Amino acid sequence: MLLVLTCFCAISPVSAQQKNIILATTTSTQDSGLLDVLIPVFEKKTGYFIKTIAVGSGQAMAMGQKGEADVLLVHSPDAEAKFVAQGYGINRRLVMHNDYIVVGPGKDPAGIKGMKSTVAAFKKIAARKSLFMSRGDNSGTNAKEKTIWKASGIDPEKEKWYQQTGLGMGQTLNVASEKGAYTLTDRGTYLALKKMLGLDILTEGDAMLLNIYHAIEVNPAKWPKVNAAGAKAFADFMVSKEVQDIVKIFGVNKYGSPLFFPDAGKKVEGLGR
Amino acid sequence: MDLIIEGIKKAFLLFISLDPEVINITLFSLKVSGIATFISLFIGISSGTAIALLRFPGKKIIVSLVNTGMGLPPVVVGLFVTIFLWRNGPFGFLEILYTPSAMIIAQAIIATPIVMGITVAAVQQLPEKLRLQIIALGATRTQMVWMLVKEAKLPLLAAVMAGFGGVISEVGASIMVGGNIKGYTRVLTTATVMETSKGNFDIAIALSIILLAMAFLVNLVLTLVQQKRRPN
Repeated sequence: MLLVLTCFCAISPVSAQQKNIILATTTSTQDSGLLDVLIPVFEKKTGYFIKTIAVGSGQAMAMGQKGEADVLLVHSPDAEAKFVAQGYGINRRLVMHNDYIVVGPGKDPAGIKGMKSTVAAFKKIAARKSLFMSRGDNSGTNAKEKTIWKASGIDPEKEKWYQQTGLGMGQTLNVASEKGAYTLTDRGTYLALKKMLGLDILTEGDAMLLNIYHAIEVNPAKWPKVNAAGAKAFADFMVSKEVQDIVKIFGVNKYGSPLFFPDAGKKVEGLGR
Repeated sequence: MDLIIEGIKKAFLLFISLDPEVINITLFSLKVSGIATFISLFIGISSGTAIALLRFPGKKIIVSLVNTGMGLPPVVVGLFVTIFLWRNGPFGFLEILYTPSAMIIAQAIIATPIVMGITVAAVQQLPEKLRLQIIALGATRTQMVWMLVKEAKLPLLAAVMAGFGGVISEVGASIMVGGNIKGYTRVLTTATVMETSKGNFDIAIALSIILLAMAFLVNLVLTLVQQKRRPN
């Protein structure tokens, strides 16, 4: 085993190791195509090489906790605050937001269409025992969904109408569409998949449904192997005017509206107003 | 149905237009799985032959272990290779997680028991008398082993095909240890998974067709070699 491993060192770019940055992020930033636009710009500018590992926010933070990632781009504010408070991350900075929406079959069996309060809509889904698909994967979306259930005073975990796919957002939307179920999704992924889905937007616009992305550098004091300089360079890049301008117009051509709204330098409390 | 036809159309378009990204992903898949298969042949055939020819206590247990390994779940291999290669893991100093090298290691681990198992079966199947005859002709031990391997080369080509087929079509371990990084560790299977979750079913279908076509071509070549001297 060791012999085989040593053979491989020759092929891998060990000399460039400090040039590598491991970015742990959510599937939404990759699936929307935003990172495909931003990363080449960053690499060209700085000479760093970004390894994007697209997992859920939960797993991305787990990687950060073990020092297996250098920088995170995630959307799970409560878990992020805890992550930073525990000393795993430093320099948490607001990058951008979009919003979550509740989607479901056009027939809308629970009758939640147009409701302004997401909590009330969730209560109605529970009362009618309408099928609800949860990602159940500790992603940022899953965390948001759990927060809403908690706020509505319902514990759906053991209910029959509540099912967990254990899959990413795109696949969960497909399952919900096939089964005629409700689900919570970020708007970007929904828009990207819309033409394949038999799902309509039923609840949107609630302040509770903001989907906020932060960049966090993994604390090099905790994990000496972390590429701290690279992580800082990437986080700086994400909040730079250049990136914020790209974010502002990203997706407009394809979907008629932007997928994300740039927020660098703003306060979280002021978003969505 | 429309979707499938769209996918097939798209596959042809991607082929004809020689889309550089698709070409790169395809060649890269071939390279990773090819190297991994090559390594597995090296380890698998040598150790498989040794297991088949030597008599030692616990041989049946070893052979059963090898046979079990032929069905090694790729995600399990992926998980363990990831844990071993983590920065803060035992082989972290190599810094090869999320690189092609890590993918080759994982795939080689998946393919080796397959090659080994088929080799054991192939060599054991050779008539005992053949071995005695080779020795009687005055061959050294190395020469004898070499003759036997040559004699078993048809089933051994099946081992190549099984090993290669196993790793080129594998996705779980590749995505875990490689990370599906664009232009660096993205292979046909991981790209297919990603395009599916992006809702680009036509591209996903196109990539699948390319994958199938490639697996077929490689196997066709190997089969032609294997069947060459056989009268039908």
